Amino acid sequence: MTNDLIKLSAQSVNLWFGSKHVLKNINIEFQQNKVTALIGPSGCGKSTLLRSFNRMHDLLPDVRIEGKLMLEQQDIYEKNTSVTQLRRRVGMVFQKANPFPKSIYENINYGLKINDVPKEERDGIVEKALRESYIWEEVKDELQKPATRLSGGQQQRLCIARTVALRPEVILMDEPCSALDPLSTLKIEELIIKLKKDYTIIIVTHNMQQAQRVADKTVFMYLGEVIEMGNTDDIFNNPKNELTGNYVKGRFG
Amino acid sequence: MKKLTPIIEWGTLLFCTGTVCFYLFVILYDLIHRGAPSLSWAFISTQPSAGMTKGGILPAITGTVLLTLITAVVSVPLGISCAIYLNEYAIDSWLTRVIRACIRNLSGVPSIIYGLFGLALFVQGLRMGTSLLSAGFTLGLLSLPYIITTTEEALRRIPASTREAALAVGATQFESIRDVVLPAALPGILTGVVLTLSRAAGETAPIMFTGVAFYINSPAGYLNQEFMALPYHLYMLATQHQAIDVVRPLAYGTALVLIMVVFILNLTAFYIRYKHSKNDE
Repeated sequence: MTNDLIKLSAQSVNLWFGSKHVLKNINIEFQQNKVTALIGPSGCGKSTLLRSFNRMHDLLPDVRIEGKLMLEQQDIYEKNTSVTQLRRRVGMVFQKANPFPKSIYENINYGLKINDVPKEERDGIVEKALRESYIWEEVKDELQKPATRLSGGQQQRLCIARTVALRPEVILMDEPCSALDPLSTLKIEELIIKLKKDYTIIIVTHNMQQAQRVADKTVFMYLGEVIEMGNTDDIFNNPKNELTGNYVKGRFG
Repeated sequence: MKKLTPIIEWGTLLFCTGTVCFYLFVILYDLIHRGAPSLSWAFISTQPSAGMTKGGILPAITGTVLLTLITAVVSVPLGISCAIYLNEYAIDSWLTRVIRACIRNLSGVPSIIYGLFGLALFVQGLRMGTSLLSAGFTLGLLSLPYIITTTEEALRRIPASTREAALAVGATQFESIRDVVLPAALPGILTGVVLTLSRAAGETAPIMFTGVAFYINSPAGYLNQEFMALPYHLYMLATQHQAIDVVRPLAYGTALVLIMVVFILNLTAFYIRYKHSKNDE
């Protein structure tokens, strides 16, 4: 496997919400089959950057994006790029678990249905996705139960299952554990590490320990700029930038 | 004094609540007390006879039911579509703000004005005559602003994260609305629809000019004909009949039937909400 392949990249990306300059000249590359953590104080643009990779800003009225965002050789914001195709390749797990108000089965089946996966394959894919997300044993007897009745941690793993069922190439995770207890967090972190052999994962997190536990690479952002990026070990143990050092040691943020 | 204040506060609030409930009970008691004796199977299943002094109110019941159905057919698809556009697609500009303000004002327009408008537009302008269809269209217009407002309210309660979830698995905006947002908002939308229709079923003024009749000989049900309706029947029995004392029990009976029709519609709304809240948690 070509581990050094660049899966996602941003070239001189600037982003404004109205007149607010949120992302400033972002140049960044994400490697295939690696987990990259985006860290930085609240409001530094981590989530905004993450969400621009699967065009989640499309529906907001006053967003302006300049620069180039690439998924391998494909320009994400090019006119001919189909946004639904793109989102199938770049899946997303949100901060707060957001299962559809439908049954557990239907939560995963829905994505397959609208992406025209043949009916006879769906049952198998649903089961496989649930197994991969380590939630199968807990829900296999109650697939028709409403997903909203699951616990918070189970709901988040269901959301991950919903994402992996579509076999995306990249999974974006926006603080997936921020609303979860330590045990559920641990389960999700184990899941992330296991998923990385098949997927490229970018995870936004406020939890320094989490970044160190799961991430190969870490990117530190501050006030809309990328301050430093590199191997997680280097960022945490010998940061080149003073700001990075202060942040990872918990002096601000 | 410190000890007394909570008792005074509590007492005032309880008094106000009590007054409101008291009126409700007096009205219901009066209606049931005087209306119940004239209720019978024959009362709701036969035609009026002997110049309204005897017989039942079947044509008025069928008239009201059909009228409500037409109202629903006109206002529900239009109102829900309009709310979806306003809440999901329209960007927040001066135009949408003007449209919203218009809709809000429209729901404050007195119903008699709708009656006059229906008379001008449907009865005369479109030459539909005084008919079930004209009256149904008029009530449909009257119901639109309420349906739009309640539907928008129900859609707004669905969090943005639910929409994003659908988009993130590759749904188009339309698919996310059709498959995820609308089903989730459906109980709220239905509650609004049923309450609006129950209000429309009890309206008198808008149908007075547009199609309701005091008495028709043939059974109701023709769209292009005049019809009888419960609220108007009640109005005529109570104030316009020449033998007003003779028909008084029938008037009370009619009022009770009308209240029951509205009450059943309200119960339906209540049941929808109850079932949903049980499914949710």
